[in-house]
Amino acid sequence: MEITVRIAGEAGQGIQSIGRIICRAIKRHGWNLFADQDYMSRIRGGNNSFRIRISDTPCLAPREKTDILIALNRESVAIHEGTVRKKGLIVADEATDDVTATTLRYFNVPIGALAKASGGKSLYENSVVCGVITGLLHLDPDAVVNVLKDMFGKKGEETGDKNITAFREGNRYTRDNYFSDAFHLGRRQYGDGIVINGNEAVALGAVHAGCKFYSAYPMSPSTGIMASIARFAKRFGIVVEQAEDEIAAINMVIGASYAGVRAMTGTSGGGFALMGEGVSLAAMTETPLVVVDVQRPAPATGFPTRTEQADLDLLIHAGHGEFARVIYAPGTAEEAFSLTVKAFDIAEKYQIPVFIMSDQHLADSYRNVTLPDVGALSRQRHVIPTNGQSVHPYKRYALTGSGISPRAVPSWIDDVIYADSDEHTEEGHITEDARIRTLMVQKRFTMRMNLLSKEMTPPSASSLSRTEIVLVGFGSTCGVMQEACGSVSGMNVGYIHLPQVWPFPAEEVRTLLEDAPEAKIVSFENNAAGQLARLLRRETGIACCDSILKYDGRPFTVDEVVATVKERYSSL
Amino acid sequence: MNEHDFESGDEIAWCPGCGDFGILSALKDALVQLGRTPRNVLLVSGIGQAAKLPHYMNCNCFNGLHGRALPVATGAKIANKDLTVIVTTGDGDCYGEGGNHFIHAIRRNCDITVVVHDNQIYGLTKGQASPTTEPGYVTKVQLSGTVLEPLHPLETAIALGCGFVARGFSGDMHHLAGLMAAGVRHKGFALIDVLQPCVSFNHKNTFAWYRERVYRIEEDTEYDPADKTYAYRMAAEWSDKIPVGIIYRAARPTYEEKTGIDGMPPLNQHEIDTIDIETIVTEYA
Ligand SMILES: Cc1ncc(C[n+]2csc(CCOP(=O)(O)OP(=O)(O)O)c2C)c(N)n1
Ligand code: SF4
Ligand SMILES: [Mg+2]
Repeated sequence: MEITVRIAGEAGQGIQSIGRIICRAIKRHGWNLFADQDYMSRIRGGNNSFRIRISDTPCLAPREKTDILIALNRESVAIHEGTVRKKGLIVADEATDDVTATTLRYFNVPIGALAKASGGKSLYENSVVCGVITGLLHLDPDAVVNVLKDMFGKKGEETGDKNITAFREGNRYTRDNYFSDAFHLGRRQYGDGIVINGNEAVALGAVHAGCKFYSAYPMSPSTGIMASIARFAKRFGIVVEQAEDEIAAINMVIGASYAGVRAMTGTSGGGFALMGEGVSLAAMTETPLVVVDVQRPAPATGFPTRTEQADLDLLIHAGHGEFARVIYAPGTAEEAFSLTVKAFDIAEKYQIPVFIMSDQHLADSYRNVTLPDVGALSRQRHVIPTNGQSVHPYKRYALTGSGISPRAVPSWIDDVIYADSDEHTEEGHITEDARIRTLMVQKRFTMRMNLLSKEMTPPSASSLSRTEIVLVGFGSTCGVMQEACGSVSGMNVGYIHLPQVWPFPAEEVRTLLEDAPEAKIVSFENNAAGQLARLLRRETGIACCDSILKYDGRPFTVDEVVATVKERYSSL
Repeated sequence: MNEHDFESGDEIAWCPGCGDFGILSALKDALVQLGRTPRNVLLVSGIGQAAKLPHYMNCNCFNGLHGRALPVATGAKIANKDLTVIVTTGDGDCYGEGGNHFIHAIRRNCDITVVVHDNQIYGLTKGQASPTTEPGYVTKVQLSGTVLEPLHPLETAIALGCGFVARGFSGDMHHLAGLMAAGVRHKGFALIDVLQPCVSFNHKNTFAWYRERVYRIEEDTEYDPADKTYAYRMAAEWSDKIPVGIIYRAARPTYEEKTGIDGMPPLNQHEIDTIDIETIVTEYA
């Protein structure tokens, strides 16, 4: 059983809130879901849509076709009608659409009129729409009311009540006027877990990891991280500061980290470009730093609200000079959560910048997930403990031979701590000595790259033996690769997903590919250059025979990938 | 504690006779007056001659990037509200490269003290015009004389609502130390712009030039640092008379008070291994 519902309308019509309510309701009815958003960089007008794929098997990616289109304006019918299956349904408001007769294909609901009757405001139209969807899918209205209460609870009793009335009206109207049972989902069992998107997963990971300071400058599609952490800030004693620009944000985070807290910043490509010098500062001063880059299509302002994976090269090379860094590329919300926790651990343990590379598709897409067991994720502090220990004289950049200089926090020890962006002595004072320079470079770069090779987050892969084609991807393409590989009939297609791209897991990838010596290796990326293919070749010598690339700002769908693989490789 | 306790022994790389020496002595003096201990003081700087100062003191030091001292100081103060955070910066560092941070750090009003070594020139890069260079001043880059109007940091700070605006003179160390101590005691962002002769590249605003003009503002019979109109007039006075002292003073709630930081233990002392996100996770069920 599988149904895709698409809610479409203009910006400002509340599509996202309808979508989020329905997602949570569906999860509570025991179904799996994957919901992605296609929205424009505007506050009013245009055409936005929220697409929810619902299934009894796990959903990891979007599908092309729509079963139910909920068109909140006339334009949405015109734009999305083509995606609606033959036996699909288009729901529209009779007041705003020419489609007047309810048939098997069209269902006209007086959405505006029902909303007005419930509370006098068009504001309640969203709740009417939730009621309509609940009716069409045969969800339990009381269960959905609970979702509404959970989400509107804080907005005050009256608004809550009126929303519930509007919801019930929409549901009642649907049950009375739409007689087909075509989209009957009903309840399976109570669904455990939660419904979150990638940005929320990063925020939860940061809170769990003990992030005490988050500073950022608003930039789509990363702002959701700041908003999510801000929501919990008071309860967890976290300070969230909107900086005057990204340069300030990263420098504030470095200052806070130097002073002993776990701190993070987040941005998108343009803001990350501004942070470059700060990244280098963190490396030189050996200050732990965690930065999230939620990628969007570039160059320059690009597509503010759409998706791309073209910052891979930027992140590998960001910041002038040579130093060790780690780049994670989570593929799912679960990975975004656990890799954020790990990012804080690794940044502190090795006193380096760690980047989490997300993108709009991961950041804004919702899924039902169960977060990984937090007990397995380390939150150990890697600093000389508090309380005025006698470490005298303290050398911040001591050459210990291990590649790590024990890090102290100002005022926690009885000596003072010098951190310096110039090349420096072991004590942290400016020097131009050639021998010290060489040793410091080795410590910051080569020695730590060696240590980091033992902290690798390994790739995940399907069973590769007897595969003819192996897709290799990173980040948000994980789900669609995984699903598409299982769906290409008549061919044996496998995948490798890289949740860590730097240091590159060269050994791990080579070992995996030993199982498929004959397979054609194809890189799978949301960019135009095939940046991963180039990286793979540079780091392993393995050349991809082809790349499946998409750079129109939209994510891959399962159907599209299956079709491309068949078309390109079935005759091989 | 005495002044020697604040000495680092690192070799000083300034030109002999530079106005920076007076600022260094005054800062040690101020910290002694304040009864601070080195381990509880953090000096943050950017890049420039001024920004080298923290190396010459026995205090915690973060010598970061050109122009970026203020955000680093902000982050450190937020992480540990108990640190005495002092920024030592130059006119280029603070008003040029870091100009945006200067504006917003004043608005933010964290409890930090900012000492600007204002030599009206880029010293470290060998003498180009800075945001406070006087119009017409000739350098190897500004061959026909500086064209841009100078920035007026004290008037700007007053206009932005800065609660402590002062001007010092590195040739009057004792007075300067008093200003620094008052700046540190002030709760909130404190700006001390210090007239600092650069003996190598600023041939106009020399020690002698300043000595002829500088007077202590407290000696003015109308002195009233609470009066904004008076403060603007004094901040703008740049003629044959240049006032030094606290020009404007007003109590304003600090960032730490407004955000609740003051009401909690320092953020860097929060236990993290006991954080339990279960309650917020269930909000997404
Ligand atoms: C990003 C960046 N740009 C330029 C420089 C070069 N630079 C170093 S110090 C400086 C100007 C210093 O002037 P000021 O802040 O007035 O300090 P002074 O040396 O006069 O004390 C410049 C332009 C740099 N280090 N970093
Ligand atoms: S160049 Fe000027 S500011 Fe720099 S040390 Fe020499 S005299 Fe001082
Ligand atoms: Mg200067």
